[in-house]
Amino acid sequence: MSMSAERVASETETGQEGGTDETRIPGRWSVVLGTMLRQRRVLVGLAVLLLLVAAAWIGPLLSPWGFEERDYASFLRPPSPEHWLGTDNTGRDLYIITLVGLQKSIIIGLLVAVITTAVAAVVGAFAGYFLNLTDKVLMWVTDLALVLPSFLILAILFPAIRDSGWIVFVLLLAAFGWMITAKMVRGMTISLKEREYVYAARYMGVSPVRIIFRHIIPNMSSLLIVDATINVSSAIIAETSLSYFGFGVQAPDVSLGTLIALGSRQAVTHPWTFVFCTGLLIVLVMAVNLIGEGLRDALDPQSKSRRA
Amino acid sequence: MTSTETKTGDPTGERNPEAPVLEVEDLHVTFPGVNRAPDIRAVRGVSYRLNRGEVLGIVGESGSGKSVSSLAAMGLLPEYAKVSGSVRLKGKEILGLDDRRLAEIRGRTISMVFQDPLSALTPVYTVGDQIIEAVQIHNPQVGRAKARERAVRLLELVGIPNAAQRAGAFPHEFSGGMRQRVMIAMAMANDPDVIICDEPTTALDVTIQAQVLELLKTAQRETGAAIVMITHDLGVVAGFVDRVLVMYAGRPVETGTVDEVYHRPRMPYTMGLLGAVPRLDLAEHAPLVPIKGNPPSLAELPPGCPFAPRCPIALPQCLAAEPSLLRIGAQPGLAEIDAAPGAAGESGGPDTGEHRVACIRSGEIDTEQWTGADIYPLPEIPEGEATRIPREERPVVLEVQDLVKHHPLMKGAIFKRRVGTVYAVDGISFDIREHETLGLVGESGCGKSTTLMEILSLDKPARGKVVVLGRESGTLTGRERFDIRRDLQVVFQDPMSALDPRMPVFEIVAEPLRTHGRSRKEINRRVRELLDLVGLDASHAARYPAEFSGGQRQRIGIARALALEPRVLVLDEPVSALDVSIQAGVINLLEELQARLGLAYLFVAHDLSVVRHLADRVAVMYLGRIVEIGDVRSVYTEPAHPYTQALLSAIPIPDPEKERARAHVVLEGDLPSPANPPSGCRFRTRCQKFRALTGEDQRRCLTEEPALQPVSGGDHTAACHYAEKRAVV
Repeated sequence: MSMSAERVASETETGQEGGTDETRIPGRWSVVLGTMLRQRRVLVGLAVLLLLVAAAWIGPLLSPWGFEERDYASFLRPPSPEHWLGTDNTGRDLYIITLVGLQKSIIIGLLVAVITTAVAAVVGAFAGYFLNLTDKVLMWVTDLALVLPSFLILAILFPAIRDSGWIVFVLLLAAFGWMITAKMVRGMTISLKEREYVYAARYMGVSPVRIIFRHIIPNMSSLLIVDATINVSSAIIAETSLSYFGFGVQAPDVSLGTLIALGSRQAVTHPWTFVFCTGLLIVLVMAVNLIGEGLRDALDPQSKSRRA
Repeated sequence: MTSTETKTGDPTGERNPEAPVLEVEDLHVTFPGVNRAPDIRAVRGVSYRLNRGEVLGIVGESGSGKSVSSLAAMGLLPEYAKVSGSVRLKGKEILGLDDRRLAEIRGRTISMVFQDPLSALTPVYTVGDQIIEAVQIHNPQVGRAKARERAVRLLELVGIPNAAQRAGAFPHEFSGGMRQRVMIAMAMANDPDVIICDEPTTALDVTIQAQVLELLKTAQRETGAAIVMITHDLGVVAGFVDRVLVMYAGRPVETGTVDEVYHRPRMPYTMGLLGAVPRLDLAEHAPLVPIKGNPPSLAELPPGCPFAPRCPIALPQCLAAEPSLLRIGAQPGLAEIDAAPGAAGESGGPDTGEHRVACIRSGEIDTEQWTGADIYPLPEIPEGEATRIPREERPVVLEVQDLVKHHPLMKGAIFKRRVGTVYAVDGISFDIREHETLGLVGESGCGKSTTLMEILSLDKPARGKVVVLGRESGTLTGRERFDIRRDLQVVFQDPMSALDPRMPVFEIVAEPLRTHGRSRKEINRRVRELLDLVGLDASHAARYPAEFSGGQRQRIGIARALALEPRVLVLDEPVSALDVSIQAGVINLLEELQARLGLAYLFVAHDLSVVRHLADRVAVMYLGRIVEIGDVRSVYTEPAHPYTQALLSAIPIPDPEKERARAHVVLEGDLPSPANPPSGCRFRTRCQKFRALTGEDQRRCLTEEPALQPVSGGDHTAACHYAEKRAVV
């Protein structure tokens, strides 16, 4: 059964509203949401993501060990009934630090991905749509951000933001990742704005900003969603390298990134220090991917998987 | 290689001059479906026979299988296509030959002219080299110098001026018409026996189309080749071919000589198709006959006649089995079909050259002498009230005065400097009154679309003024401009790109309402009303544009344009992307809406037949200027400007007798570049009249730009120093 037929069917079942006997026509976004939630992979992705969130925030409460507690009797021990996922080289319980790390990584990964892509989409679309001065200014900023080494900026900013929380850290990570996508978006916008439906909207009096958000950005959603899902994992990894320079997540605080960095050194000799945190990262990224793919297909009426 | 199951044909292959050069018998092409999708049966039993020097026209709408059948005959289909049947070239079976053997035949015995001459030529080789390759590949013993000589001679033959020099040019340096000439030269290179032309003129302007058709006639005379002409344009076929094969849903439904099919069509589909074409030569204003519905999907064909769901005279027996292509009167009676349902359905055997029809009621149609008008219900188009008020008393809704739009030509990467100007629109004036349609016609590049964009932008023009509903654009505040947008709406040419593919239809139609701040409740009501008005089912409003056919999409575009009850509707080639039978429905809809809502239309088109049907007044544009303007009747029956005469004369009329009797004015050359228009009269470089003038009279054309002057009573004016009325249709 095709998706459209299903949509019509569900509409007649649920769409009764008001005094008229006509069925209500669902709006654009409710159609997208409906199509998305009808895909099994989206449901699986959402379930896994919810499970991860639950594990990250509820899981630590179940552990007999505290977050900063160290078991001086067992260093680098494999998983056991006492330490469910083993311990690291300072005697910390891996179960609890991995889950606490997961908390940070979920927040950082998802927020950074969404912010990065949103900034890229907005900057690129505005530059491409308005061209002229707007384009010059925005692209000048983009080029500047591309050529300036991010570590240089960090070094300058470090004293000022040393003690601010993770929000600043998230914003900073996002600030380093949007430029290339913005350039792609700008190019696509320049070609999209010549489409007749954009002209039609303009000639019916829709404001340029509305046109950008209503017509231009939704028509690039495939690119943007792929970009956002990739950004989730790259943000989590990038966070590690920043932490290495004493910035962002710092000991005793942990994140999946710092744990992976730590574990990778002893992945062969003590695999449990590496396997669990990496596994969680992979599961997180895959869940996000499933949701992203579903969203992409829901937004694209011509996608193959919808027709099949 | 294409997988084939070949019927063992007659392998003798003797050379009999009377034998047909190309024989296609019971050709079937199936594209297997992927991912559980059903197979697409693109061609289902095509048979035809082509004698030496004969021209066969294959007509049908998009998706009827006309191109696929000829690609299959050439062995050019992708490997996954399943082809069966028999294709014999001079008695030799060629279906199922491997690629190398086919390559020996292609280009030598059978050659092809494609629709898009830009993608058919390799951009990185000069056209001369490409023709030389075509010559040498089949005659390796011919030396390069000889082959080059032949290439130049061929280019001369197809009318490329300066052939020896132009042979060294690359395809992008040629115009569309010139490229098509080069393609024809390549097709002629080895004196083939059969030339297959797949929509050879569809991408070209009418005056260029006339040149290319003329050239194809020459090519046929020169080589004595048989030609298969594949087209959707019933006019092109009428004057050019000997016999016609009408295809529908992958099957031939009627075949016969061109006169039989055009004057005595016996298949309701053909009758409908001929009634759906707007005619250039008929002055009376009768509504067109639309064929309701859409062509069936080739993946899930219902049993029975594929046309039955759209046929006005379908009987229950039509659904029993697919009728065969049989002589008129040879169809089984209704009682026989009832007795043995499903007995028919054969494709009808080989081509016998007779007038044959695949309709069980063809005998009845023949004896009753029915015409399209008898069987198709004529749509009723109400007479508008305002038409009774004389034009002068109706208010002007759109006025354009001396409008100019020049694009600067810039050069240089960092320091841009102006190296020239494209005179896209160079001083045009017209006005449109309430309840009136002005047709703006001209070839591509004449500035008609630029004019539209200038009007719609509501910005101040470089020179002149645009007055919409009494307000001059360029002097408006943002608020006023927004208000005018409500009364000035647009329908675009390509129904696919004019609708946001990511928006459901409801949102698309609701967008103008939402923008102009209507309440939710009102939007809901109005969208339903609009979809109903343009003949769409409101229950489909949650679907995306891609789920609709071209004609339906254009209706959605019209619904959106009408949402705010505008007073002026600008239509940019609204029917040129549609099939004939669908086009008629959209044209009727536009007429009906005008009568009911009193709209004024500015209708831009390159198809003069559509304009004659729809418009009250017409303006002909050439290189950014209006060369003739006046009411439709006067301009079409007595065109005074040589360009209008040539344009009208270039349009083929779908009536074989009239078409053969007409003398065409064939213009020479292409549209000059609007960046460098000729001095004086812009048309003089191609003007047939200019050539006939004496040197003294010519000087005036060379130096003085003609202004629009009245040619007869009324407001019919033409911009020619030597304007002279002359009937050409």
